[in-house]
Amino acid sequence: MPLPKLFNSYPKIKEIHISDRLFFHILQILALLVLAAFAALVLLIFLESIPALKKFGVSFFFNPEWDSWKEDFGALAMVWGTFISSILALLIAVPISIGVALFLNELAPVWLAKPLNFCLEMLAAIPSIVYGLWGLFVLAPIIRSPIQEFLGKYFSFLPFFKGPQYGIGMMSAAVVLAIMIIPTISSICKEVFRSIPSSHKEAVLGIGATKWEMLKTAVLTGGRAGIIGACIMGLGRALGETMAVTMVIGNKPSLSLSLFEPAQTMASILANQYAEADSALHLSSLTAVALALFIISLIVNSSSFILVWNTQKKFSRG
Amino acid sequence: MKTDTVLLQIKNLKAYFSSTLVLKDISLDVSTNKVVALIGPSGCGKSTFIRCLNRMHEETPEAHVQGEVILNKQNIYAPSADPVLIRRKVGMVFQKPNPFPGMSIFDNVALGLRLLGIRKRSVLEEKVHSSLVQAALWNEVKNILKRPGTSLSGGQQQRLCIARTLATTPSVILMDEPTSALDPVSTMRIEELIRHLVQTVTVVIVTHNMQQASRISDNTAFLLNGELVEYEKTSRLFTNPSDPRTEQYITGRFG
Ligand SMILES: Nc1ncnc2c1ncn2[C@@H]1O[C@H](COP(=O)(O)OP(=O)(O)OP(=O)(O)O)[C@@H](O)[C@H]1O
Ligand SMILES: [Mg+2]
Repeated sequence: MPLPKLFNSYPKIKEIHISDRLFFHILQILALLVLAAFAALVLLIFLESIPALKKFGVSFFFNPEWDSWKEDFGALAMVWGTFISSILALLIAVPISIGVALFLNELAPVWLAKPLNFCLEMLAAIPSIVYGLWGLFVLAPIIRSPIQEFLGKYFSFLPFFKGPQYGIGMMSAAVVLAIMIIPTISSICKEVFRSIPSSHKEAVLGIGATKWEMLKTAVLTGGRAGIIGACIMGLGRALGETMAVTMVIGNKPSLSLSLFEPAQTMASILANQYAEADSALHLSSLTAVALALFIISLIVNSSSFILVWNTQKKFSRG
Repeated sequence: MKTDTVLLQIKNLKAYFSSTLVLKDISLDVSTNKVVALIGPSGCGKSTFIRCLNRMHEETPEAHVQGEVILNKQNIYAPSADPVLIRRKVGMVFQKPNPFPGMSIFDNVALGLRLLGIRKRSVLEEKVHSSLVQAALWNEVKNILKRPGTSLSGGQQQRLCIARTLATTPSVILMDEPTSALDPVSTMRIEELIRHLVQTVTVVIVTHNMQQASRISDNTAFLLNGELVEYEKTSRLFTNPSDPRTEQYITGRFG
């Protein structure tokens, strides 16, 4: 049977009407502008951070001091704070997000799933300053007492629960971050789970698996790479989150293991000090921190894209 | 020859997708150790029908079933019936071979047993071995049991899917066009396998291939628009159908 010649008869770009061509070129220029802006940004950050990197060398990233009086700057405490707060946030957010995604995709009846999905999307749309205010006025007091009080009383032999109980600090930052990345992780997990063909699920059900066993084998194991991608995507968000973290983390560079201690992240020190930095070296050091944050985010985000994208491709091939 | 005993009794079965009725009051009996073929034009409800026999139909959102399906004197739609247990007794092989992704050949067959709580390595090995032998796949895979199931050829994958169904010793195996994605040689092997399997199990198979139905089945059911038009001994249905619509269909004049 001859196929209808739909595609061969499509006009080439050159043959399209003149106004369409104009439109095409305008869009093309706009797209290139995005690329140019990106390149300019990278270049600027790089150039600005050269003085600090020249002065301190690689040890900039291994120096825990950040002292604007003595002009001794090192990023280690911020790198530490960023990673610890983000990883703690992941530890809290990942199980919850996977549970939410499983529930919404596989278990919830339609009448319940719809409003819950809506709420989840709303959660992602709340500006981060609102999370920050909530963290400061609602969460931090709760964390101070009873949570830190209790942990300090009975578990202070552990290094994680030592020190004064301010409420504000690493623990508050991690919880706020966790709440902020739950919508991200769970909505990507939902996409991943949705891309798993029903034939895989039915294959497992067909040999007499319970719903939970089916979810474990077909959905969680089958979508493992995608789930990891979603987590890394969440990590990417947590690493760069600025406003909310700045408001609850205490803003004191520290390498402490204690969850009670104030800390500082790469993003929060930028928000905190950029406006007030007066010496050239201070500014340049802050830019070097920004450069490090940028590179880390780039790596984290692109690897998560690759993982999620690969999972969906794998299943769409069948 | 022993006389036929009825294993599966379908009574007034109706299946819905939300409010659409796609199976309109079907009743038929399936005898033990027989192959029953389901034929009929596309969309007539063959897949839906066999998916009602292991309670898979209800896994589709908003789909539901009315009527009774009696397996070994027990209604699988009784309120107390557990779909999980039923699916261990009524296995299913799908149109497209679908080994569990990321699982080795061994694990594919062993999963059903592990779900039953069998952990002992020797028992698993023994059962996997016998299932693969029964599915006529053992000789081809005995040295590569650790390879992923998806690395096999299509025909081998389908036999792997049959083996994994056999592992939990079901009394009925449902097959939905199990050879439609396979080449003629693989198809032949599966057909031989089915004829061999009916010594121990009962098979209900959907097929679009009239020759296949007449080669492998004992009885054939002809479905049209969700209705059972004719259910007969295969030899009779294909040579001397009693309903004119059956004759039209098998002679290729519509559908
Ligand atoms: N998920 C679904 N939702 C709604 N209607 C469906 C769904 N699946 C199938 N149907 C409808 O149910 C009817 C029976 O479908 P079924 O898949 O059982 O047909 P079939 O005989 O197996 O066809 P084929 O030979 O093409 O596989 C069809 O009219 C189809 O449109
Ligand atoms: Mg079908």
